[in-house]
Amino acid sequence: MKPAPFKYSAPESVSETLALLREYGQDGKLLAGGQSLVPLLNMRLARPSVIVDLNAVRELSYIKEDNGEVIIGAMTRQRDAELSPVIRRKLPLLAEALGYVGHPQIRNRGTIGGSIAHADPSAELPAVAAALGAKMVVRGPKGRRVFEPEKFFLALLTTALGPDELLVEVRFPAHQKMGTAFLEVARRHGDYALAGVAATLSRDGDAIKDCRLAFTGVGPGPVRIAEAEAAVIGNRLTPQVLDEVRKIVTDRLDPDSDVHASVEYRKQVGGVLAARALRLAGERAAGTR
Amino acid sequence: MNSRKPKPPQLVEKKAIRVQVNDREYTGNVDVRKTLVDFIREDLALTGTHVGCEHGVCGACTIILNGRAVRSCLMFAVQADGLEIKTVEGLGTPEHLHPIQEAFRDHHGLQCGFCTPGFLMTALAFLSETPDPSKDQIREVLAGNLCRCTGYQGIVDAVEDAATRLKTGTRKRGNAGSAAGAKPLMR
Repeated sequence: MKPAPFKYSAPESVSETLALLREYGQDGKLLAGGQSLVPLLNMRLARPSVIVDLNAVRELSYIKEDNGEVIIGAMTRQRDAELSPVIRRKLPLLAEALGYVGHPQIRNRGTIGGSIAHADPSAELPAVAAALGAKMVVRGPKGRRVFEPEKFFLALLTTALGPDELLVEVRFPAHQKMGTAFLEVARRHGDYALAGVAATLSRDGDAIKDCRLAFTGVGPGPVRIAEAEAAVIGNRLTPQVLDEVRKIVTDRLDPDSDVHASVEYRKQVGGVLAARALRLAGERAAGTR
Repeated sequence: MNSRKPKPPQLVEKKAIRVQVNDREYTGNVDVRKTLVDFIREDLALTGTHVGCEHGVCGACTIILNGRAVRSCLMFAVQADGLEIKTVEGLGTPEHLHPIQEAFRDHHGLQCGFCTPGFLMTALAFLSETPDPSKDQIREVLAGNLCRCTGYQGIVDAVEDAATRLKTGTRKRGNAGSAAGAKPLMR
């Protein structure tokens, strides 16, 4: 099995990459870690005429801290992020979610930017970005654009990135003082999620001041349910409140069915995971877990 | 930032590459669409690395690239230019098995053997990062490799025992002399 023929270039800088995209962006495809793209090429489900390989663009691989944000270069390997002390300390939700991304062999090649730009509906990182309100920084002929998750993830496998644009970094707010949790149910460890959730909250005494839930595997992109978040904010995380959240989530989720899981199953699992993740996040915020 | 258009780099369909495989240097002139596993098997004639699913699920093609376990079916050979690769041929020989290979043999960690090169390379990278693993850690890392014969229990036992052998330099039922003859784990 081989991909259909393509022409190839491995630029060494962002400006070279943008020059290539200007010329070939329409029929070309950016190759980051390749853990989603190469299977599509091997099976000839994707047949781009040009591959622009980002693996020699060293300037896109970094983890920096700036003013309450942790900034991750798009070509940073998932495994490097997962093992980074800065990320483990300041972005615990991302570190936890990365453990669910494929297997170590996949994360050794897969990149933070690649997963977010690919926007697979069952992927973990878009949900993390949505839960944290991460900012996607994009460069292209129109210069630099910065997207909130709601404006970036547009539809199934579709983002706001133009064919001549490049995701250069993702800026995550440091959240070591919040309680967070990532949970998912998959058929086997490392498989794409049948349903998963990223939960964040902050406490004001016993009450919850702020809360976000972002689901994966249950819609075309990361899914948030405002009503479920509202049911938490201002309340304590009592069993009644958690049960209420579970019911709202199960009621409101609108997933597709496939050979692996029915609509009803995904709705049910989404609700249960939301309640569990909130409880865990609450315990972590209180320092009891 | 968008001053006058810089010339985009050239597009190519073939490229000359140079790779270090099991401490030996190889060169090749490859089609850019050739996957790394096909290059290793067809161009370098190192057929110990197996091709299974060719989309990153089964783990049979796992190799060590610059010290890390990766799927060689999910990379193109051109991307390995200038990098260091270790394949199963770089472990032991039939007369002097690597301690991980010995442990697989002793614990029935293989039957048909098709998946074994991938498991061995996964275990090699894992044990060099995690010399003292728990059973849960072993199960988690092995989840990236599929085996249809063993039921996995023998493989988990083998990796657990391999960790001990590598740490203590002991060989349990080995037929091949002292641990002093064993190759270093990596590098």
